Amino acid sequence: MAAAISTTLSHHTSHAAVQRATHDPRWVRWTLTTVALLFLGCFLALPLAAVFAEALRRGFGAYFSAFAESDALASIRLTLLAAAISVPANLGFGVAAAWCIAKFNFPGKSVLITLIDLPFAVSPVISGLIYVLVFGLQGWWGAWLIEHDLKVIFAVPGIVLATTFVTFPFVARELIPLMQAQGSDEELAALTLGANGWQIFWRVTVPNIKWGLLYGIILCNARAMGEFGAVSVVSGHIRGETNTMPLQVEILYNEYNFVGAFAVASALALLAIVTLVLKALVEWRHAQARAS
Amino acid sequence: MSIQATNIRKTFGTVTVLGGVDLTVPRGKLVALLGPSGSGKTTLLRIIAGLEHADPGSGQIHFHGEDVTKVPAGKRKVGFVFQHYALFRHMTVFENIAFGLTILPRRDRPAGSAIADRVHALLKLVQLEGLDARYPTQLSGGQRQRVALARALAVEPRVLLLDEPFGALDAKVRKELRRWLRKFHDEIHLTTVFVTHDQEEALEIADEVVVMNNARIEQVGTPQEVYDRPASPFVYQFLGNVNVLRAQALAGAGVPGANPAALEAEGNLYVRPHDVAVAPHDPRSPGLVAVLRYIHAAGPQARLTLEQIQSRATVEVEVSRSELATLGLKVGDLATLRLRQGRSFDADYAI
Repeated sequence: MAAAISTTLSHHTSHAAVQRATHDPRWVRWTLTTVALLFLGCFLALPLAAVFAEALRRGFGAYFSAFAESDALASIRLTLLAAAISVPANLGFGVAAAWCIAKFNFPGKSVLITLIDLPFAVSPVISGLIYVLVFGLQGWWGAWLIEHDLKVIFAVPGIVLATTFVTFPFVARELIPLMQAQGSDEELAALTLGANGWQIFWRVTVPNIKWGLLYGIILCNARAMGEFGAVSVVSGHIRGETNTMPLQVEILYNEYNFVGAFAVASALALLAIVTLVLKALVEWRHAQARAS
Repeated sequence: MSIQATNIRKTFGTVTVLGGVDLTVPRGKLVALLGPSGSGKTTLLRIIAGLEHADPGSGQIHFHGEDVTKVPAGKRKVGFVFQHYALFRHMTVFENIAFGLTILPRRDRPAGSAIADRVHALLKLVQLEGLDARYPTQLSGGQRQRVALARALAVEPRVLLLDEPFGALDAKVRKELRRWLRKFHDEIHLTTVFVTHDQEEALEIADEVVVMNNARIEQVGTPQEVYDRPASPFVYQFLGNVNVLRAQALAGAGVPGANPAALEAEGNLYVRPHDVAVAPHDPRSPGLVAVLRYIHAAGPQARLTLEQIQSRATVEVEVSRSELATLGLKVGDLATLRLRQGRSFDADYAI
C-alpha cells in the first residue's frame, strides 16, 4: 500500500518537475542525441584533435621549432596584419552601410543590400581573380601600377584587399536587421533634445548596437584569419613574404613537412577557438543585458 | 500667437499629405489635432517640430513670432513626445531625463548637482519620484509616457508637441492619463499641441480642436463649437454619432419647425441621435413614422434603432433610461419621430 502510494507520488512529481516539449519515447530521444553527438565528434572534434595530435607527434620540441622558422613567423605576422587592416576597414564600412540602410530611404537601397551580400555569393577564388584582373600585370591598371612602381598583386596590398573583400558582409549583415528593428525614433528624440549627429551616434546609436557590433567584428576577424581561396589567388606564394597562415599550412603539407604544417594549423585553430570563446562570451553578456 | 504655420504643403511622390494648411495655436493653450489616420495630422506635427520638412517653396513656421522654418529640429527648442515614447533603452530614467542637459556644450551645461536637482524636480512634477534608477523596460506604459514628457520638458522647450500621447495605452490608463495631462497643462501653461484620432480624447481635454481630413483642416474651434456646429458633413460624422436623413423624405412627413422650401431640396439632413424626439405612434401628430427594431440599454443612455416605414432607412435615437421607461416602447412598436435640430450642408439652412 505504502509502496503503491510512493510510486504514484514519485511518478507525479517527476512529471511536474520536468516539463518536456516533446513526448517521444526514450529510445527516439537517445538515438537522435547519439547521432548528433557522433556527427559532431566525427566531423568537428576528431579533426581538431587530429590537428593537435599530428602537430605534437614528434614532441613539443619539434612543435615549437616549427614556429622558430622565419617563414612560419612571417606567415603569422602577415595573417595578423591582414586581419588588423581588414577588420577595422569593414567595421567602418559596415556601420556606415547599416546606418544608411536602416535609417534612411533612398533609391538603390536594395541594390546596395545585394552588393553587400556579393562576397557571400561568389566563390572566394572568383573574388581573388577579380583583383588579379584589375591590378594584375595584364589588368586594367597593371601598366599604370608598374609605371609608378606599385605592387598590389603578389604582394601584401593584394592580400589585404582580397581579405577585406571576402569579409565585408559580416559587420553590415549583423547590424542591418538589428538597426532596422530598433528604428530611428530614439535618434529623432535625441535630435529634438538638441544633440548633434556625433552625439546621437556615440550616445544613442552605438550603445544600442554594441553587442551586435562586437559579434560582427568577431565573425569578421575569424574569417579574415582563415581566408584561403581569394588570398591564394592574389598571393603568389612567396615564402616569408606573401604567405598567410592558411597558405603556409598548404605549402608545408605539400612538402611532407607534416609537423610544421600541423603546428601552423594548430596555431590557426587556437586563434579560431579563442574567437569562438569570445563570441560565446559576447552572446552570453548580450543575453544578460537583454534580461536585465 | 505661439505657433503659426502658414500654407504648409507636403507631398510624398504623388500623394498629397498636406495641401496648403494654415494653423495657429494661441499661447499657453492645449490644442488637439484630430483626424482619421492618413489625414496628415502627424506629418503636420513633425513639420512643426522640424523632423520633417514641408515642400520647398511652401509655407513657414513661426514660434512666438520668430521664423523657425529654416531652423533645424535640434535648435527649435521643441519638446517632442513620440507615440511609442522613444526612451533611450540603455539609459536609466534619470539619464533619460538628463540627456538634453548633459549634451549641452560645456560652457552652457549646468553643473552635475544642478542637473540632478532639475531631474528630481521633473520627476516630482510627473509623479515618478523614486523611479530614477529604473530602466525603461521596467516601467509601465503610463510611467514611460511621463518619463518621455519629463525628458522633453528638461530642455525648457518653447512648445510641447505630443504624437498620439495615449495611443499605446490601455483604455483605463488612457482615461486617467488624459485627465492628468489636462491638469498638468493647467500647471505649466506651456503651449501644447497633441495629435489624436480619438474624438472623445480631443473633446475632453483640448482648449481648441483642429479637425483634419484628407490633407486639409476641416474646422477649428472649441470642443463645444466643433461638436455643436460642425462645419462639414465630415466633422459631423467624425465627432460623435449622427443620422443622415434624406431631406425629401422629411418633407413628405411634415416634420415640424422645418423650412419647407429648403426641405424640398435634394440633399441630406444631419441629426444627432439625442436631437431626435421619440413618442409612441399617434396618427394625429405629425412626424416620421418608424418601427422600433432594437433597444440597446446597457449604459446610462438607451440607444434605439428604428426603421422608417416609408424609406426603410434606419434612425438611431438616444434617450435616457427613465425616458424610455415612461415611453413604454417595445421592439416592434410603431413610433413617431420629431427632430429637435439638425443641419444640412447642401442647402444653407438649419431647423
